[in-house]
Amino acid sequence: MANYIVRRLLWGIVILILVSLIVFFAIRMVPGDPLTLFVSRTQESGFSFTKAQLDALRRRFGLDKPVIVQYVDWISNMLRGDLGESIYYRQDVAKLIKERLPVTLYLGIIGFLLSLTVGTTAGLLAGMRRATWIDNIIVVISYIGIAIPVFWLGYLLIFAFGLKLRILPIGGYTSPFEDFWYSLRQIIMPVICMVLPGIAGMARQMRSSYLEVAGQDYIRTAWAKGLTEKAVVMKHILKNSLIPIVTLLGMSIGGIFGGSVLVENVFAIPGMGRFLVQGIFQQDYVIMQANTFLMAVMIILSNLIVDISYGWFDPRIRYD
Amino acid sequence: MADTIANIDQIVQSQSRATVSEWQRFVRTLTQRKVVVFALIIIALTVITAIFAPWLSPYDPNEKNFADSLQQPNRKHWLGTDLLGKDTLSRIIWGARTSLIVGIATCLASAILGSTLGMLAGYMGGVVNTIIMRFMDALMGFPMIVLALLLAGVLGNGMQNVIIALTVANLPGYTRLMCGMTLAVKENDYILAQKAIGSSNLRTLFLHILPNSFQPMIIMISTALGGIILAEAGLSFLGIGLSHEEVTWGGLVASGYSYLSTHPMLAFAPGLCVMLVVFSFNILGDGLRDALDPRLRGVL
Amino acid sequence: MGRLLEVKNLRTQFKTFDGIVKAVDGVSFYLDEKEIIGIVGESGCGKSVTQLSIMQLINRPGKIVGGEVWFEGKDLLKYKQHGPEMRSIRGGKIAMIFQEPMTSLNPVLTLGYQLAESLILHLKMSKEEARKRAIELLGMVGIPSPEDRIDDYPHQFSGGMRQRVMIAMALACNPKILIADEPTTSLDVTTQAQLLELMVDMVHKFNSSLILVTHNLGVVARYAQRIYIMYAGRIVEEGTCKEIFKRPRHPYTKGLLRSVPRLDVEGERLIPIEGLPPRLTDLPDQCAFLPRCPYKTEKCSTSPMPELRSVPGEGHKIRCYVDIPEVDYATV
Repeated sequence: MANYIVRRLLWGIVILILVSLIVFFAIRMVPGDPLTLFVSRTQESGFSFTKAQLDALRRRFGLDKPVIVQYVDWISNMLRGDLGESIYYRQDVAKLIKERLPVTLYLGIIGFLLSLTVGTTAGLLAGMRRATWIDNIIVVISYIGIAIPVFWLGYLLIFAFGLKLRILPIGGYTSPFEDFWYSLRQIIMPVICMVLPGIAGMARQMRSSYLEVAGQDYIRTAWAKGLTEKAVVMKHILKNSLIPIVTLLGMSIGGIFGGSVLVENVFAIPGMGRFLVQGIFQQDYVIMQANTFLMAVMIILSNLIVDISYGWFDPRIRYD
Repeated sequence: MADTIANIDQIVQSQSRATVSEWQRFVRTLTQRKVVVFALIIIALTVITAIFAPWLSPYDPNEKNFADSLQQPNRKHWLGTDLLGKDTLSRIIWGARTSLIVGIATCLASAILGSTLGMLAGYMGGVVNTIIMRFMDALMGFPMIVLALLLAGVLGNGMQNVIIALTVANLPGYTRLMCGMTLAVKENDYILAQKAIGSSNLRTLFLHILPNSFQPMIIMISTALGGIILAEAGLSFLGIGLSHEEVTWGGLVASGYSYLSTHPMLAFAPGLCVMLVVFSFNILGDGLRDALDPRLRGVL
Repeated sequence: MGRLLEVKNLRTQFKTFDGIVKAVDGVSFYLDEKEIIGIVGESGCGKSVTQLSIMQLINRPGKIVGGEVWFEGKDLLKYKQHGPEMRSIRGGKIAMIFQEPMTSLNPVLTLGYQLAESLILHLKMSKEEARKRAIELLGMVGIPSPEDRIDDYPHQFSGGMRQRVMIAMALACNPKILIADEPTTSLDVTTQAQLLELMVDMVHKFNSSLILVTHNLGVVARYAQRIYIMYAGRIVEEGTCKEIFKRPRHPYTKGLLRSVPRLDVEGERLIPIEGLPPRLTDLPDQCAFLPRCPYKTEKCSTSPMPELRSVPGEGHKIRCYVDIPEVDYATV
């Protein structure tokens, strides 16, 4: 077990290094340096830099150094918690992200917990009552949930509850510590948008893995013992059918961050996703770099936790 | 119970092989569920619309007509017009073209590139395998849309850039699939025998791996297509990747926001198209999986 | 010896893509106290489905469509599938051992838990009592140092060991009837013999009766008092073990016997039965064995499916029109 954890952690570090390389070089794959993008964007708005100004900027952002040195600098600064200075805002990116990350995490964690609980329960119910109307409804909703563009769903909700019924605010974000009830009303629609695909995916996976497990020989053995349906489902089927769900957890955290990009833009929520899109519009490579890397780090870390907790669910892994 | 059912199935299958051909069986299982037929119809309609967009659309999608600005749906403009008087129906018809081109091109590119990498990783093994597969793990660390955003943001606007961005984001699935397939075939004694009689490595690869991976590949492509179209819509909605001259469903939804209370059709209609098409591709993917290889249920 | 179980005219069908499969079509048999009977047939002949039907363990798309299963004065098929009456029978009074030891134990629960479960449920034992009894049972089926192995998971055991655990689990609540569905088929030959000995031993020890379902006539010959031969969802021949081996009268039984290797007859060739079992979706109106039968007559192809009829010999019945000359099968 200890061996397994250590091996996982080591691979986790390798993958983090690869992720940092992807982010770093993706931004530098265009001809010239990352500043060229920013400059061309500002030129569109009618402002141009002189050669001297550009050189000054390059020195300021360390772009005059060799690429390898830049990478090492970036990583070592990152490890110290220094995410660099934003070209556009001329502010510390760590500070900017510190304001936005909690917002995304707040919505994300609510969304994650909801999609986990609602999704698995729905999937379980559908599996247990296979081919009944409950099952059919859950299956149809989950197909729609996977196919629906969340930004469009956001507009539908805004149209219905914000503009026509006028019962929910159409966007924005208020900290729950400031005004709890308003904040709650504000996040209802974004959270629905954020969780629907997650719930749908989770329900589908849970249903199919429930059915898969329910058809196993050892479940027949359990029935043959004369156990009640509750005992068979709760003790014998549930734990087995949760194993594939555990794998899905890591991915659903990725889905939450992916969803936040769209949902935060629909509802004008000042979180990481909106920050990333703004960073791309402003062609602020420092923000793009820090933001995507942080998202990937959080996803990889949660995958790591998932991998390690796997052993608890599946005894067959523990002794590998 | 299931074991018995499987048993019965086996018996029935083994007995009916003589009377029903594989193809008939495939078609029968595929069209058995009405929703799959519905999905096939939607997909067919979308493909036809995309191909014949210039003839089908009543107006030029970019034609401005200020006299007809912000029309509600009427006889002349079935789905109304936007602020500049552009006909919504025509724009949706042309949007089908963009969605399908991006979707299909991305799918093919990522399938070809991904499977090549996967076969390489599986066949070479060792360091090559480790590098390729860990790199794929790292790519999987990003949500698809975030990776695509980053790449499209750096590459700048343009359809081919969106295709490149989405292709990279879609690589890992195919690479993993083909790597696994290659490893499985490599373990096979049959291949060892082939090696013994001295046929070339590349030939061995193609002769044995490709036919085996055909089914899972088809299923994966049809399921991935929905996800790609959804991601493209998301990118266009955010206004990143495709330029404003190209008509996209995502872009149409985004530009409908300002008129949501007065002209909801501007945002509703294109979004519904995205949903229907993605829904249909997902259903088709599942239908194909059930018809081709029910054992893959839950795996893909 | 009293009558313990009587199955009358049991019919179970599966709705499949290609039509209705009549997996069990009017099967009747009985079992006495402390008796061992064998139910023999090729795979797919409905012998397993018959046993699952007795336990009401048939799920969609399968359905028990008719018949009676009399046990202790009650018709089990009148009970609801997962109702309390049926549950108290399952595992408590009638227990079952399945074919696949590798997949018949839950991989995420310890053996101790899986054993204790029935004890707590049917014998109302406390957790501690159940654990103690579970260790005892493991010892009885020959698991070395059971107190150390009780908290192990199934994947830490070999196939033979797992089947031992299955036997312990099935006999835990001292059932009246043990149904063993091809219990040793998937094990290697030496383990098979050991396990059969163990199982029969345990059945005697617990004063239970045993229904041994198998495709292996050799196994049955050794332990069973009476034998039922099944073909295409029906019983085609029944009788005492001695009768059937001495004077097999149904062409199918003869075929089966000829395809069993024997050590006592030298230089004998094994003769397989020609052809395949019929499709269960559309059985002919005539005898189901007709297409493969070497003894068929004009009457067979024009008459409907023959009924079971008595022939000389204790309790000997066959489903066949033909009177095959009574010759020892070995000389045929």
